[in-house]
Amino acid sequence: MTFSLLIAQLINGMQTGSVYALVALGYSMVYGIIKLLNFAHGDIIMVGAYMTYYAIASFALPPVLAIILAITVSTLLGVTVEKVAYTPLRSAPRLSLLITAIGVSFLLENGAQLLFGADQKSMDPLITGSVMLGQINVSYVAIVTILVSVVIMILLSFVVNKTKAGKAMRAVSEDMGAAQLMGISLNRTISMTFAIGSALAGIGSVLYLCAYTQASPTMGSMLGIKAFVAAVLGGIGSIPGAMIGGFTIGILEALVAAIGFSMWKDAAVFLVLIIVLLFKPTGFLGKKIQEKV
Amino acid sequence: MGTILSVNDINVFYGAIHAITDISFNVDEGEIVTLIGANGAGKSTTLNTISGLLRSRTGDIKFMGNSIAKTSPNKIVESGLVMVPEGRRIFLGLTVEENLEMGAYTRPKTEIKESMEQVYELFPRLKERQSQIGGTLSGGEQQMLAMGRALMAKPKLIMLDEPSMGLAPLLVDLIFEIIADLHKAGSTILLVEQNAQAALSIADRAYVLETGKIIKTGKGSELINDPDIKKAYLGA
Repeated sequence: MTFSLLIAQLINGMQTGSVYALVALGYSMVYGIIKLLNFAHGDIIMVGAYMTYYAIASFALPPVLAIILAITVSTLLGVTVEKVAYTPLRSAPRLSLLITAIGVSFLLENGAQLLFGADQKSMDPLITGSVMLGQINVSYVAIVTILVSVVIMILLSFVVNKTKAGKAMRAVSEDMGAAQLMGISLNRTISMTFAIGSALAGIGSVLYLCAYTQASPTMGSMLGIKAFVAAVLGGIGSIPGAMIGGFTIGILEALVAAIGFSMWKDAAVFLVLIIVLLFKPTGFLGKKIQEKV
Repeated sequence: MGTILSVNDINVFYGAIHAITDISFNVDEGEIVTLIGANGAGKSTTLNTISGLLRSRTGDIKFMGNSIAKTSPNKIVESGLVMVPEGRRIFLGLTVEENLEMGAYTRPKTEIKESMEQVYELFPRLKERQSQIGGTLSGGEQQMLAMGRALMAKPKLIMLDEPSMGLAPLLVDLIFEIIADLHKAGSTILLVEQNAQAALSIADRAYVLETGKIIKTGKGSELINDPDIKKAYLGA
């Protein structure tokens, strides 16, 4: 493998990794706050992708409007799922919540099949063209995807670390009872977490569609599971962890493909999951804080 | 001065277990009232019910004249009734300053700075450690942070659940000194303690709990000399 090919593959990997990272953030934030692996999260992306597709291919809306529509619908869907399916189970055993999430995922996938049809919808690429950086041909899509996700991650870090609402989210995820004793509203904070996570999924869906230009009812499941692996690898519940995990998984896939094993790249991702769960279940950054008593 | 909190005939259950039976008591403005009793007597359950984390099956709880028996915990805090929970439960992953900010969650941003200065004045140790994360504090410092965090809400009534638990004797004295100082400065306090000696010595009035019932009540200064109490709780 030549050096320029390696760099090109790294950029490819970072592009896919950006999408994984955005989706992994949603997994991680929701897990952090209500300890739920929200398996319906991947399907939110699918719905976002269909929204973008229909807005552009059927209604010929300008891309900006289509993107806003996709993000808005994803956000509303995420919050609705939380309100309808998860809130009534807040004091139920965690397993009930997990099974409900799987149920919601099936509902969304099959609902999409019913509404949009089982076939793949293909559209013209939103962003075309590329630029030569030295000897490497880099597509504008890759540049936009990586830039957008980096900017969003910086914004998200700011929101979570510096704003009152973000600190409340961290407080709730650490100790729900104590957070309530501060006057923090659980309902509002949890809904906000779902809203942010789902908005990120909406952005992820647009970026995904930019790269692969097709939507199908089950597209969210593999994407969702890989993002889940990314979240576990980075340390579930940790926001910087989700970002690092996302990029790592994306780059790993690209490198596995580059050495000629592209048929094996899914297997490589799941091998990583197994290795992480066996040897470091807390992932890169999911360290527990030492409690001094 | 008027009654600020009145608890009337509450009954609390954990599943089939009847944890609290027909408990009634009240706290007047400016008082320190203490609930004492052995482990499992229902002291923490009572406080958790008042703060809305648990629900009473019957009876009523009134805070400043309004029933709060069905109010959500965050609304109860907003109305000025704040609890320092058992085991402190500070946010270990947040810095000292962020913990204090969370305490002031219900208050306008413009007033936070001033309250924070007051808390730092009361607990200079917290100022030294303001940018450290909560998990790195010692037990005593965590208790100070938990109390400071509650004071940030500018409570009309502050409930303290076992503030001396797990602390070295010197720190226990310090914490009780601070509670007495808060009282002198006009705070109304409901204190739950296993350390009956210390609690009775600073309390205006006390209620003694045994297996979910109030078995005795009186002035702190009287109960501290009561032969039964001495025998059961003061180890004399």
